[in-house]
Amino acid sequence: MKKCRAEVVSKRKLCEGIYDIRLKTEIAPEAKSGQFILVFPNDPSKLLGRPLCICEAEGEEIRIVFRVSGAGTEGLADIDINKEIMIEGPLGNGWDLSAAAGKEVLLLCGGIGAPALLELSKRLCRMKGKTDGPQNVRAVLGYRDSSMNAFLSQDFKDSGADVVIATDDGSAGIKGNVIEAADKALIGADVIFACGPMPMLEAVKEYSEKNGIKAYISLEERMACGVGACLGCVVKTTEKDSHSHVNNARICTEGPVFDASEVVL
Amino acid sequence: MRDMSVSLCGIKFRNPVTCASGTFGSGMEYSGFLDLGKLGAVTTKGVSVTAWEGNDTPRVAETPSGMMNAIGLQNPGAEVFIKRDLAFLKNFDVPVIVNVCGHTEEEYVEAVKILSEREEIAMLEINVSCPNVKEGGIAFGTDADSLLSITKAVKQVSKKPVIMKLSPNVTDISMMARAAEEGGADAVSLINTFTAMKIDIYRRRFVLANRTGGLSGPAIHPIAVRMVYEASKAVKIPVIGMGGIAGWEDAVEMMMAGASLVAVGMMNFHEPGLMMDIINGMEAYMEKTGIEKISDIIGCMH
Repeated sequence: MKKCRAEVVSKRKLCEGIYDIRLKTEIAPEAKSGQFILVFPNDPSKLLGRPLCICEAEGEEIRIVFRVSGAGTEGLADIDINKEIMIEGPLGNGWDLSAAAGKEVLLLCGGIGAPALLELSKRLCRMKGKTDGPQNVRAVLGYRDSSMNAFLSQDFKDSGADVVIATDDGSAGIKGNVIEAADKALIGADVIFACGPMPMLEAVKEYSEKNGIKAYISLEERMACGVGACLGCVVKTTEKDSHSHVNNARICTEGPVFDASEVVL
Repeated sequence: MRDMSVSLCGIKFRNPVTCASGTFGSGMEYSGFLDLGKLGAVTTKGVSVTAWEGNDTPRVAETPSGMMNAIGLQNPGAEVFIKRDLAFLKNFDVPVIVNVCGHTEEEYVEAVKILSEREEIAMLEINVSCPNVKEGGIAFGTDADSLLSITKAVKQVSKKPVIMKLSPNVTDISMMARAAEEGGADAVSLINTFTAMKIDIYRRRFVLANRTGGLSGPAIHPIAVRMVYEASKAVKIPVIGMGGIAGWEDAVEMMMAGASLVAVGMMNFHEPGLMMDIINGMEAYMEKTGIEKISDIIGCMH
């Protein structure tokens, strides 16, 4: 974990408002799937790092895929190739790969939640069939409509996962949300890994509790320090958290990945 | 070697740089980024007698050259703090300033009683200026009579030097500094954050769940310098200066305004190694301008 320079080696627009940037950085080798980095805007009036999940980490590179949601990410989307930015990381706990051992794995990816699950899909697919690996990896990627170009769906296919696409309006793939699509496609699962907007994560939590399937979810919240010092980004927990000694946990440090049954959404 | 040490309240600090309470956890969270043993002091997040949950989220928001927070003084309580955080800090040769919070005068007194027994603690900083809790906090820090009364109460039980942390949300900071001095405070620290508000104009919602939050960061640094200047002119006790310090220049400026120690706040989030950069930058400045002892510049603008 450190703050350091990173060089923009490539940039692509995947669909309206969603960008794909590859960064050359010394912290890439230590990154685990599900962790995140803080990306600092190249603007001295914007001082806080933007928490962005690590979409892929290969060799010396970290890939981030993000939605423009304010002036900070707008500036990041405008950055030129070969320019340097400051990043801090890798931060957070990441996905627990051992939870997938011997299991039928279902990845539920809602919109801009998908990047948080791609590296996981790659690592799990590599372990498929091995004793500590999953039996199968299936991913349902949900989008608002076909204008989002089912971004990253090819990457999930390339990783070795069976992919189902869903859209809210049915303009591409199955009509419905990711849970409805998983049901319609008759995908069974022993364990779920999910990231997406809060209403989706609430539904995933409910679904997992109703069907007795373990679910792990990656959360986001407004952050300041990213390292557990400021207590800005907390989520309510069902039990007293072992660090805070109250019923909430730091998303940046105890998370961003939580066992869905342990948090109150 | 230039002499960067400063002494206040009978304690010697190897240099005048510490962190502002709440921006550095208990030091543990940033110990991978810098050597805590090289800092002037570590100032911890506010500690109360029992654990506090804090406010709902969102608790933080970015603002131009700064940020707002409404954490609500979440902390695990004095017992856990002593066992875990204070025990961790014992590994470093660094004075520890513990920030103390409470809802009522009794709670402050109780926390001070417990904490001032600990030999690992150098000083206690009494947070009577948090704008984000409904009871306690700022209610004591914006009225001179209440400040006088609570200062007397904690001084009566404290075995450690007491710093009263002042709020900038007052008309006359000199009056507040004098009230703390009259109550027996060994030092004052300022400024805490400015009560502020941010509205999401598309959703027509307050950005922070608490509606208001404390504004900090470089945006408010010049106001902090003015208030440190005014407060330090008004009292004889030492002043700890903080508010938007972003580099060694700001730290030097704060000392010239009258601060004996300076604290780095939100900028720790921007640059985890900033306090070390400031210490090194200050030393280079002393070298360049021929200052032998950093303590010589304290209040030189008075």
